[in-house]
Amino acid sequence: MPALCRDCLTPFPDAPPPARCPVCRSVRLLSHPELFSLSIAHMDCDAFYASVEKRDDPSLRDKAVIVGGGHRGVVSTCCYLARIKGVRSAMPMFQALKLCPEAVVIKPRGSHYAAVSRDIRALMEALTPQIEPLSLDEAFLDLTGTERLHHAPPAVLLARLLNRIEAEIGVTASVGLSHNKFLAKIASDIDKPRGFAVIGRAETSDFLRGKPVQMIWGVGTAFQAALEKAGIRTFDDLRRWDRQDLVARFGSSGERLYHLARGEDRRPVRRDAPMKSISAETTFNEDTAAREVLDGHLWRLSERVTDRAKAKGLAGRTVQLKLKRADFSTITRRHALREPTQMADTLYRAAADLLAELRDPGPFRLIGVGLSDISPATGADLTGDLLDPTAGARQKAERATDAIRARFGPQAIIRGRALS
Amino acid sequence: MKISIERSTLLKAVGQAQSVVERRNTIPILANVLIEAEGSTASFRATDLDIEVVDKAPAQVERAGATTVSAVMLHEIVRKLPDGSLVQLTADPVSGRLTVQAGRSTFSLATLPKEDFPVMASSEYAANFSAPAPVLRRLFDKSKFAISTEETRYYLNGVYMHVAQGEDGPVLRCVATDGHRLARIDADLPDGAQGMPGVIVPRKTVNELRKLLDDDEAKIAVSVSETKVRFATPAITLTSKVIDGTFPDYTRVIPTGNTRKLEVDATEFAKAVDRVATVSSERSRAVKLQMEEDRLILSVNAPDSGAAEEELAVAYGDERLEIGFNAKYLLEIASQVDRENAVFLFNTANEPTLMREGGDLSAVYVVMPMRV
Repeated sequence: MPALCRDCLTPFPDAPPPARCPVCRSVRLLSHPELFSLSIAHMDCDAFYASVEKRDDPSLRDKAVIVGGGHRGVVSTCCYLARIKGVRSAMPMFQALKLCPEAVVIKPRGSHYAAVSRDIRALMEALTPQIEPLSLDEAFLDLTGTERLHHAPPAVLLARLLNRIEAEIGVTASVGLSHNKFLAKIASDIDKPRGFAVIGRAETSDFLRGKPVQMIWGVGTAFQAALEKAGIRTFDDLRRWDRQDLVARFGSSGERLYHLARGEDRRPVRRDAPMKSISAETTFNEDTAAREVLDGHLWRLSERVTDRAKAKGLAGRTVQLKLKRADFSTITRRHALREPTQMADTLYRAAADLLAELRDPGPFRLIGVGLSDISPATGADLTGDLLDPTAGARQKAERATDAIRARFGPQAIIRGRALS
Repeated sequence: MKISIERSTLLKAVGQAQSVVERRNTIPILANVLIEAEGSTASFRATDLDIEVVDKAPAQVERAGATTVSAVMLHEIVRKLPDGSLVQLTADPVSGRLTVQAGRSTFSLATLPKEDFPVMASSEYAANFSAPAPVLRRLFDKSKFAISTEETRYYLNGVYMHVAQGEDGPVLRCVATDGHRLARIDADLPDGAQGMPGVIVPRKTVNELRKLLDDDEAKIAVSVSETKVRFATPAITLTSKVIDGTFPDYTRVIPTGNTRKLEVDATEFAKAVDRVATVSSERSRAVKLQMEEDRLILSVNAPDSGAAEEELAVAYGDERLEIGFNAKYLLEIASQVDRENAVFLFNTANEPTLMREGGDLSAVYVVMPMRV
């Protein structure tokens, strides 16, 4: 069976796998019948934000670290020491601190993680141009056809990538290697942290047997309940269904389920998969019902969203306002603009209208704003408004503000509204 | 209640009722039509609490009475009955069912008590006048395409009907706009309309009203108050609340200083716009107009899908101008022109453009350009 030493990267094409690497004596030997013939990978950093913080401050190394938004926010990432205590991501912070009171809580530094992510991305780019990032800390890689270029099979390249990420970036990551995205993503979770797991073609069917359908990406609580109603809990249940019946019952998702149940997934690894929405939100330090406070946040968030849209040359046509009440229940309101926009002014006004129409007086713990129905910016903000003759002037002012900020920094010019 | 009524008469009355009832409502009785029989007429009343329509139809009333039944279901049944049949409606107060019987078909429908049916409060109207159906038809048909669907500016979700000062004295005027285009249509002021308050007639009412206006000979009795508007033919009465809001000052929006004049055959123009717009796959299909000495070049350039160009002979005498528009908006205003050439009056490429039919000032359209 083909094998590979994950430390010295020595491949053993056909020999029966030894217990230790005969070259470097490492025990981290990876063996799998299809090891050198699979080429779709999913790479996922281990507790990424927390690992970056530990890397930057070695005194945190042996402490439980939780990265999350203040005392009232939620856990965005926690290190493995915190996970032992039961802390999970998306858990409210107070609950996390109850489980793990000794944890060091760190406010997320988004732009810093993005910079580290770019460094990792650069290492991936050296292997293949076919990279589909899912977030700052995970990505699909399609290494098909790279063997001739790099003189090594994908598995070796991936093992080397993990070693380089550890050595050069200072965080650890795990890889799943398989023959499609669906299985690669499942595989990367099997052996975490510092893992490398393989799901081959021959074992696909056996592997999925008895596994719960929640493993399917996109099957959340609601969909799971719908499946359960149909008597579907595991992949075996799913495989008993006819394709037509699944489609009739679950629509287009049914078609997808039919194929995923058999471990089939034909979605290609797509470089920079099109963005579906751009949004920003903030949790307040104290619940607030004050409209002027909400209004100030709304403007700042609108600017954050449109800054990103402008940077990427995108615009959106649907404006979404999101509020979370004190009891964590969420309100969302959306409004379709007549044409896509990337102007903070337009986004803010539409969101402020949605807020004004809201009957709920609050108080709220969170406010968020987003743009969806994304399209290229070439079709955005083209038509003026007859009834709002100053809209054109406001747009010009915004473009001028953007130009000043680009030259003198983001703090060079600020709207008074942003200070409230 | 027991009545016999001709199928086509019934179909028309119930048809109007079922289009008024709100399909997604949470109050069950609002899905029903109230049928009241007395003397030699049956009246069919439906409401969504904002609009109420009453259709009085001739019927043989064997037993006077009233009941309510699902408007959509009754309409479906009557629609499927053979043409020319006589339909018998019998309400059984004991079983609470309405029996619909025609030929060999019999249906038994659940009813709700007539007492629960909300009847719109009658009100005092400030102005009552009569207008020929073709006049109202023109006022609303030519303006309704510009009604906004935007919920945040709800006061634009209808046609603003009011008395205004036209070129030659007071006129009855309808204005609609969504901020991208505007239509302003005038008609001679009917007697009795002078003191009429300006009202915003909601989109749905405009659509329902249209069904009353098909008969060229019909006279429509119009009544207007601050909160309600009523349109009536001898058989049908349509009462509607008006939109509670202030229509923006549209007069500021209509350009007066546009001097660059383009005259073009509206049909040819519309066809050419439609043709060149085909290559654009985007939702906001921008068409570029380039004008110079008696020549108009329409072009679309969609980098992803292709490009198109078409030249039209026009009357244009001003300096060279390039201006872009949403193809859909151009098509919509061009299709309003039915008698003469379309006359466009431009200012600059960023400012609103005016369009009218020949020299006729009783119908004026404004459209906002698009950056191209």
